[in-house]
Amino acid sequence: MTSQQEIDEEILEYAGVRVPGGHPSRDYPPYRSSGLRHPRQALTVVTDPEAVELYTPVFGAGDVTALDADLTRQHSGEPLGERITVTGRVTDRAGRPVRGQLVEIWQANAAGRYVHRQEQHPAPLDPNFTGAGRALTDAEGNYSFTTIKPGPYPWGNHVNAWRPAHIHFSVFGTAFTQRLVTQMYFPGDPLFAFDPIFQSVTDPAAQQRLIAAYDHGLSVSNFSLGFRFDIVLDGPSATYFEEDHQ
Amino acid sequence: MSQNLEPTPSQTVGPFFGYGLPFPGGSDVAPAGHPDAVSVHGFVYDGEGNPIPDAILDFWQAAPDGSRAGSPGSLRVDTSNGRLLGRDGVRFTGFGRVGTDGDGHWALRTFAPAPDAPYLAVCVFARGLLHHLFTRIYFPGAPEDALLAGLSPERRATLLARPESDRVLRFDVRLQGGEAEETVFLDFG
Ligand SMILES: [Fe+2]
Repeated sequence: MTSQQEIDEEILEYAGVRVPGGHPSRDYPPYRSSGLRHPRQALTVVTDPEAVELYTPVFGAGDVTALDADLTRQHSGEPLGERITVTGRVTDRAGRPVRGQLVEIWQANAAGRYVHRQEQHPAPLDPNFTGAGRALTDAEGNYSFTTIKPGPYPWGNHVNAWRPAHIHFSVFGTAFTQRLVTQMYFPGDPLFAFDPIFQSVTDPAAQQRLIAAYDHGLSVSNFSLGFRFDIVLDGPSATYFEEDHQ
Repeated sequence: MSQNLEPTPSQTVGPFFGYGLPFPGGSDVAPAGHPDAVSVHGFVYDGEGNPIPDAILDFWQAAPDGSRAGSPGSLRVDTSNGRLLGRDGVRFTGFGRVGTDGDGHWALRTFAPAPDAPYLAVCVFARGLLHHLFTRIYFPGAPEDALLAGLSPERRATLLARPESDRVLRFDVRLQGGEAEETVFLDFG
């Protein structure tokens, strides 16, 4: 199997490449699983102003309750680990807030273990932590979760491969085109340099947009440390068309 | 646009979304037993033709009357215990979500989309896929719109659901392949 050193050399070949929007290329050889799972044909451009994709699924008060955003209160006891508050604002590229939309997260526990049967590495499960939550953004586009800081975990990409600690995010925008699934990382993680998934974002400025900021103003006294993770969604929407074509 | 903020980059959905994203009844956009319901099903394949067991598809469509407004109620949380109940079977939400099974198969039950938007919008996520892919499932008899008209016959065929039996359509997603195999994926700019 490939060594970390070989992966490091491959990562260097692509490092610094600037891609529009900063998104990863779907063909990123250091992340081995991308090899057979990226298209070879060019994508087909769609510009239809009536496209269904310029509108979006909607969610409401019946779909999400305030408690769903607190991952530390889903069981009878308190989960182990460092309690954190993760807050941010979801906007489009024009800075307009994405209101009343669904934000979903899932993550490993403090020991780096997921509640998933396919994950069997020898770290303990926490009976008081599942690691999935949901929130609706408010009128200004803000969301907030209470959870615990996930641990890093090993994976099978190469020998001694470890993922930096991260929280998976799934976000809806003001159009289906703006759909985003991403991962939020923590500042200063020593594993960034070694991780081909993080490094698949090759533009250093874009990498910074995946890293939450420690925000002391968000820390809650005697309770949690605060992190800010603002999310900017890419892609057109019906409202763009209306406003840009007036 | 007043500002031009740089977007948050995409990252793969990874292998462990199974307890975070799927929800009960995610595939039941139309209620079971409804006389107008149509089932659409297929496999998600990789570049060697192997089925992908860790993909998840989001579906979004116009209502049968053409409305693109959508409706809440896809998830419906039970306020007494926080569990998700899924939709109530009355309101049409337009949104569906299905993860592939261990054999790479998925199935969705829905209504035929509106004649002026005769397709299901699909967003594909998978382990190994660093940035989601959009495609469309066109129903049989769909009028040829600008997208279909601009494609070669072999590329167009990858977007057309194939009747398999009464009220059952087949649609496979091929993430990688030659022109005739690989699904047409879309770029909305
Ligand atoms: Fe993960």
